[in-house]
Amino acid sequence: MLDNFRRSTFRHGIHPEEHKDDTRDLAIRRFPFAPTLLVPLSQHLGKPAKVVVREGQEVSRGQTIAEADGFISVAMHAPASGVIRKIGRVPSISGDLVPGVYLEPYPASTQEVADGEPCRLETATPDDIISAIQRAGIVGLGGAAFPTHAKLKIPEGKSLDTVIINGVECEPYLTTDHRVMLEQTDDVFMGLRYLMKATGAGRGIIAVEANKLDAVETLRKACPADLPITVEVLQVKYPQGAEKMVIKALLDREIPSGGLPLDVHAICVNVATTAEIGRLLPHGQGIQERVVTIGGPGIVKKGNYRIPIGTPVRFALEQVGVTDDMTRVFLGGPMMGPAVSSLDVPLTKGTSGITAVTRAETGAHGERRIYPCIRCARCVDACPMYLNPSQMGILAKNECYTEMAEEFHLMDCFECGSCSFVCPSHIPLVQYFRLAKRMLRKTARPA
Amino acid sequence: MKLSRTLQIASSPHVSSGASVDHIMYHVVLALLPVVGFAVYAFGLAAALVIFTATASCVATEHFLNRLNRRETPVSDWSVTITGILYGLTLPPALPLWMVVIGGVFGVGIGKYLFGGLAYNAFNPALVGRAFLQAAFPQAMTHWSEAFSPGRFTDLPSSTLTIPMAEPVYDAVTSATPLAVMKFQNATTGVPELAFGLTSGSVGETCAALILAGGAYLALRNMLNWRIPVSILATVAGLSFLMNLIAPGEYASPVFMLFSGGLMLGAVFMATDMVASPITNAGCWLYGLLIGALVVVIRYWGGMPEGVMYAILLANAVSPHIDRLIQPTVFGTRPENGEKKDEQEGTA
Repeated sequence: MLDNFRRSTFRHGIHPEEHKDDTRDLAIRRFPFAPTLLVPLSQHLGKPAKVVVREGQEVSRGQTIAEADGFISVAMHAPASGVIRKIGRVPSISGDLVPGVYLEPYPASTQEVADGEPCRLETATPDDIISAIQRAGIVGLGGAAFPTHAKLKIPEGKSLDTVIINGVECEPYLTTDHRVMLEQTDDVFMGLRYLMKATGAGRGIIAVEANKLDAVETLRKACPADLPITVEVLQVKYPQGAEKMVIKALLDREIPSGGLPLDVHAICVNVATTAEIGRLLPHGQGIQERVVTIGGPGIVKKGNYRIPIGTPVRFALEQVGVTDDMTRVFLGGPMMGPAVSSLDVPLTKGTSGITAVTRAETGAHGERRIYPCIRCARCVDACPMYLNPSQMGILAKNECYTEMAEEFHLMDCFECGSCSFVCPSHIPLVQYFRLAKRMLRKTARPA
Repeated sequence: MKLSRTLQIASSPHVSSGASVDHIMYHVVLALLPVVGFAVYAFGLAAALVIFTATASCVATEHFLNRLNRRETPVSDWSVTITGILYGLTLPPALPLWMVVIGGVFGVGIGKYLFGGLAYNAFNPALVGRAFLQAAFPQAMTHWSEAFSPGRFTDLPSSTLTIPMAEPVYDAVTSATPLAVMKFQNATTGVPELAFGLTSGSVGETCAALILAGGAYLALRNMLNWRIPVSILATVAGLSFLMNLIAPGEYASPVFMLFSGGLMLGAVFMATDMVASPITNAGCWLYGLLIGALVVVIRYWGGMPEGVMYAILLANAVSPHIDRLIQPTVFGTRPENGEKKDEQEGTA
């Protein structure tokens, strides 16, 4: 207990129940191929990838099916060997149909992945590594899905001293990063070598929360002596996995409002992303699958699974089984994960978990009485960005969106949901803020 | 078998801390119960009747007004119960019950409902009710009966049951409050008597120890911002220490100032009304400072012996302005941010 208080962390934040015990000790298992895989062309922030296959074409697992279109874009690879059935639109979590590829795996498709042109650590230049990461289709696997290579290109006039590997995983239920750190320890360090060579950073820090001490021990034991790398333990607190919070906790530096980690001479890469870099680059392969925690009280066979990209949520849930009283499914953890409206939605590179809960968890939660704001200040004390959610909630209710942005820094809100979590009046604060941002974007767009 | 389900859609977060307004309010009521118990013990039947009448009149007023406007009655959120109990605790024990009712109706009707109900009251409704009585019935509001009088559990003061609009007749032994004694006779009362409530005064303001215990309970449960009482008490102690140093004979000592009158009850339970106090911690320090300073000024130089009520009401009025003045400094907006680290990191 006392030990936990001595560990560094950021200010404010919350302590939701962790619910990680069900899956933390379960080794990663492979998943079969679904009858049809739906691969969206935009699983990342930035421009969608350009398709380089045609309908009816046979592809082998790991083959590039779409190439990056511009710098802020990454390639897509075939998650299985099979036939491209259709190039059209696929369902997405937002409810929109988005451009994508329907791939029908061969019944006998193996897990074997064909090697491409390797990117050798010893001989590659920083630019070689950056373009190899882009070609491998690597994006932030923590959930944000920002193309990783785009972070590594240091613009003129900026400098970098620290690469932070983010193994915080602060969302309840999720244990994918935890398992990756335990099972792919060598991949993590290999990936970190690539990252440090690409950026020229002087040191690397792997940040882990104190609820994963076994991973800390494993990483410290395997830590190569020739690299300036440390493994740091942070206090358990949500939302420490957010880039701004983990940098604040480790280095006590605040990313300026509207700025990037590079403004404080650091970059932050998710630990599973790092492991993928270390696993794929030496073989010239691309991302065809990712580790996903399927958990929550609505799931029968909870666990950590390595699932092909494009697997529909329905297929994944059929494999693990759901309870009869399962009522809500969301992708990711319960704090930030969007709820699934259709089980046809496919898993993408940014999906770190599928969590299914029952009425027991959500029933009361959805039907709670909403009181007016009594100004108890719990949201003010929880907000990791030091905003005033109470005041912004009142403004949002009165549709004063411009005032929220101009006077109360609405745009600094990264929607962690801590304010809604603590509010005793049950005011949907972060939900209001999402709406407000959307309304502002709408009006800002020229007619 | 094709899996098919009716899915609930909701925007995240999908979990919550489980806190709720009625839960917080209920715990404030719990924290007040020991104070109520002691009040009845010290002042007997009269105190019990005053507190009961005060609470009942406040609850009934809120219920009736909401029904009148065809709104769902909000009394189940416990907030008006707190108002009622607090209001009762600030009254003199022998106050005629019809006056208690009038103050309760005024406090909740004007001080709370007219402003928009829970969460919209600019002033603490309990104090609004009391302030109204202070202005309307100044004599009755400064008539103090003695604590621990022998017949307190069997006999009622004759003033308690005065018929409405009639002049109350007092028969009980009257006694001046320590603050009045200080103000008008310049004599001080011992600290143990003050801290444990062995003096005369309002129904619930006399036992500092129980009030502080209730406040500590709420502060530990994060249901009360401890900075407000600490700031008030520290300011009162600091200012009176200074004045006492300059002219010890003329100004009461810090200890006497802290433990006499309604300061403890006001600082712990009244000033901390979340709705009427600032939202930032820095704002709360300032708000407490303001209340503390006003209390000292009114007690030392004002016409009345006690000033906690007016100090809090005035600070309530200033509280929105404090919020305008003091907002949290948003992450990453401090000008020097990030740069100070540069020399020690030494990167090129």
